[in-house]
Amino acid sequence: MIVKVSDHIISPMGMSTAENYLAVKAGRSMLKRYEGHWGLPEPFVASLMDREKVEQAFAGISDNKPYTFFEKMIILSAAKALEQTDIDPSSEKVLFILSTTKGNVFLLDKRETGFPKERVLLGEAARQMTDYFHNPNAPLVVSNACISGVCAQIEAMRNLASGQFDNVVVVGCDVQSAFIVSGFQSFKALSVEPCKPFDAHRTGLNLGDAAATIVYSRKDQIDENDWVACKSAIRNDANHISGPSRTGEGSYRALKAVLGDFNPEEIAFINAHGTATLYNDEMESVAIERAGLSQVPVNGLKGYYGHTMGAAGLLETILSMQAIDDYNILATKGYETIGVTHPLVLSNQNQKTDKRAFIKLLSGFGGCNAALLIKKGGSL
Amino acid sequence: MMKVCINPEMVIVNGKVLSHQEKGSALLTKLYRTYIGDYPKFFKMDTLSKLGFVASELLLQAENAERFVPREDRAVVFFNRSASLQADTTYQATIQDPDNFFPSPAAFVYTLPNIVTGEIAIRNKYFGETSFIVLPERDPSIMAQQLQNAFQDPMTQSILGGWLDCTDENHFEAELTLIFKS
Repeated sequence: MIVKVSDHIISPMGMSTAENYLAVKAGRSMLKRYEGHWGLPEPFVASLMDREKVEQAFAGISDNKPYTFFEKMIILSAAKALEQTDIDPSSEKVLFILSTTKGNVFLLDKRETGFPKERVLLGEAARQMTDYFHNPNAPLVVSNACISGVCAQIEAMRNLASGQFDNVVVVGCDVQSAFIVSGFQSFKALSVEPCKPFDAHRTGLNLGDAAATIVYSRKDQIDENDWVACKSAIRNDANHISGPSRTGEGSYRALKAVLGDFNPEEIAFINAHGTATLYNDEMESVAIERAGLSQVPVNGLKGYYGHTMGAAGLLETILSMQAIDDYNILATKGYETIGVTHPLVLSNQNQKTDKRAFIKLLSGFGGCNAALLIKKGGSL
Repeated sequence: MMKVCINPEMVIVNGKVLSHQEKGSALLTKLYRTYIGDYPKFFKMDTLSKLGFVASELLLQAENAERFVPREDRAVVFFNRSASLQADTTYQATIQDPDNFFPSPAAFVYTLPNIVTGEIAIRNKYFGETSFIVLPERDPSIMAQQLQNAFQDPMTQSILGGWLDCTDENHFEAELTLIFKS
């Protein structure tokens, strides 16, 4: 079976998984309003890293080669996750998978001259990480829009199940830039205040910086504290490249595929995508109802971090595991009044649970949707 | 195995060369007009999507099975080196100059490599897995391994997959195949 060996989160809320979990549990957020940032004409609300903190932490593990901020984030997160294990990252049985949408896209700006232009290529950025760890394998970069972080975990599960690799280091990261923020602004997808997932007054999403890593391995004998990645699916809406399906088609099919004959009563919660755009949250409510999961609690974490894009699937999976370890269903920050037509069990307060499984759900541009069923202490 | 190769100079379908005088993006438009012609959304696509769309159409025409029937058992899995570089460069040009700042949503939407997998899913009513993996360089053995791995999803019985790379509108390469579960 495929089990989690270790994890790590770097975000504006903290430089470790524990710091991040406690900040979320306490209801904190680093979403702030930025005016004139990166020379952008429109203000925006985002959760951005204090870059000095990352520079300081990276100085402790630096090999004195020049890295971009994005590369420092992914190397630091992977290094901190690997530190907790006895895995030799230079082994040919270790694979690195990077989940990102835009990597070093800031290098396309003509005013950026500090790094070779090839580093804008996602594979080149990922190679900085594998070279740092002296890993001999070509890294895989999963770039499936907003579902990348779950897809990267699915690739890890498959590459372990096939027997080709013994350990897979899955790193998710995106770093915000004028490119990304202006693009989402042009789409009119951004909220001018902290986002309100599933709320009646939601007006759009916020963006955020983060890097998050999960190390997965194969294990034959599962004990009760092992986190097992059980079942996964990626499905397309076949409907529109930038808008979700009104019938929640892909998301519903992904949910159905991971659910199989698993008893929904064993599921503590569905950690939804919950971007707080009108269409995404509505679509998820349709998909969850169609899948027969209306009675299962749903939460969303974008009110703490904004949408961290390539990091989101990993960040939100790790925090969901932490929550179940703590017998907790994390509150949906920003949510007050139900604003989707298919009722969901939502709360803006932390709730107790003693259930041990959850579903991570994501949807993205290109009509893609992914679901991952994860259970503590055993198989299905 | 069914296979379609397209580069700016040449088109090969199952080993047979299709002769056209056009080159680069004009070749893609010529292929669209000659072999497809009923899908005007083609003209809104970025070059990566046009390339994937035309290559997948030629491949599926060669497959000669019933088309446009909703199905979930076929995945679309592509690989490349340049992700969405051409669309990224196009979008960057709309925000480069502070005095001429006109970010375009129509350009921004293509700044993700997996959009082409969505375009093909929409065209063919494919509700199955769609995925895009970027590699530091083209490596047939890695691609073959990852495509085999995709069959671990019990729903997936066939994959429209392969290499699909584009650095600008006159530099691109597609090599797509249909693979069936063994």
